[in-house]
Amino acid sequence: MSSDNEVRYLSSHEWGRIDEDGILTVGISEHAQDLLGDIVFVELPDVGDMLEAEGESAIVESVKAASDVYSPLTGEVVEINEKLLDEPEIINNSPLEDGWFFKIKIDDDLQFADLLTQEEYNDTCED
Amino acid sequence: MVDFHGWDMPINYGSQIEEHHAVRQGCGIFDVSHMTILDFEGSESELFIRKLIANDVRKLSENYSGLYSAMLNDKGYVIDDLIAYRMDKGFRLVVNCATRGEDLKWISARAKEYDVNMLEREDLSMVAIQGPQSPNVLKNFPAPIDFLKEKKRQQGIFQDDIFAAKTGYTGELGFEVILPNEKAIDLWNIAISEGAKPIGLAARDTLRLEAGMNLYGFEMDETISPFECNMGWTVCWQDDQRDFFGKESLIKQKESNDLKELVGIITDEKAILRQGQKIHLEEENHARGVVTSGTYSPSLKKPIALARLPKSESTSCFAEIRGKRVKAKIGSPKFIKEGKLIFKEKV
Repeated sequence: MSSDNEVRYLSSHEWGRIDEDGILTVGISEHAQDLLGDIVFVELPDVGDMLEAEGESAIVESVKAASDVYSPLTGEVVEINEKLLDEPEIINNSPLEDGWFFKIKIDDDLQFADLLTQEEYNDTCED
Repeated sequence: MVDFHGWDMPINYGSQIEEHHAVRQGCGIFDVSHMTILDFEGSESELFIRKLIANDVRKLSENYSGLYSAMLNDKGYVIDDLIAYRMDKGFRLVVNCATRGEDLKWISARAKEYDVNMLEREDLSMVAIQGPQSPNVLKNFPAPIDFLKEKKRQQGIFQDDIFAAKTGYTGELGFEVILPNEKAIDLWNIAISEGAKPIGLAARDTLRLEAGMNLYGFEMDETISPFECNMGWTVCWQDDQRDFFGKESLIKQKESNDLKELVGIITDEKAILRQGQKIHLEEENHARGVVTSGTYSPSLKKPIALARLPKSESTSCFAEIRGKRVKAKIGSPKFIKEGKLIFKEKV
């Protein structure tokens, strides 16, 4: 999977990208995977789950630490990346492409613009 | 990099799991110069060390051989764990960096009554070389470290200012080398050019935990008995004339019935056991056990932990992880030795 569409972030290190109309793909940032180190387990939401913007949506565990993953926007889960369950290291190797976590159907594209741009997100990482 | 008690130390150089496998399958090199090295000389150095630590250095018949020991307070709890080596003119203790201040205070105060002089060796560095390939890595080092291959575990050599012993913190064949600071970088570079991989603190922790080795502040501290952290075997009772700090309290502890034990636990569930998680024995509501150190075992590809539990017949237990109870098997507090599974499930 690859996309040139714009990626936007939460300051808690999740990214979202609108790859198809009304569908947001969600994952964790390059910076987040680097902070976590080797990722060994992931817990994903179920298809059909309703997620809240900035609400808990998944758990990622590295050897170092367990971390909650928050959904950038509100929406219903329409697809999960089941490959991560057996090969969580994909997240380390390709956090923004093959390492996506889930896709949600969002009601309102406009909210996407409220998320942090790449530049804004980079600034939060430097603080 | 992270600040570790005043030392800049690497958590990992790349992937900590790859570093872990490098030690189990090949050879890894660790900069452990943060460890505190204390040399004791003087006519009463043996008398003093025999009083200071719970194991007995009289067992060390050869120079440069060492033993693992606890240093106990008067209550018989663990101030620190250490390795004591017999040297030409006295003894060398390698103690933890995190406990350095408390150790120095405790030891200096008690050394006053003896003809013994303690010297902290800040002029020395310490490098650990660990893994099945470690003998090959040092073939070209201009020191007789190569001779160590023929030695037994915990034996050492000392030549040209370089002290090395066959010991380590990984459960693999390996050496710890103590040498002048100015020679350390050479040793490091030679080892790397011969194929050793640099290993950070994170892999050091997964390696020692698989090997069932204690980490001060996790498995034991000043409130924990050596009997409750799998260190009972290091207390030497052979010479009943010998007194050591904490001895009287240990004798009382031995008679007590409520001592807990340190066990190994392992789970097939996808949730990592971590320090501080509560442990319930079967059908028990009130948690009486705790995970002292937990991690994901890169060798077994499963969560493992050391845990302190009440003694019982239970063969399994439940760890509280994020509000859920995760079932784990109870067994020996050791998982891997020389690359092989040695964990024994309780039956």
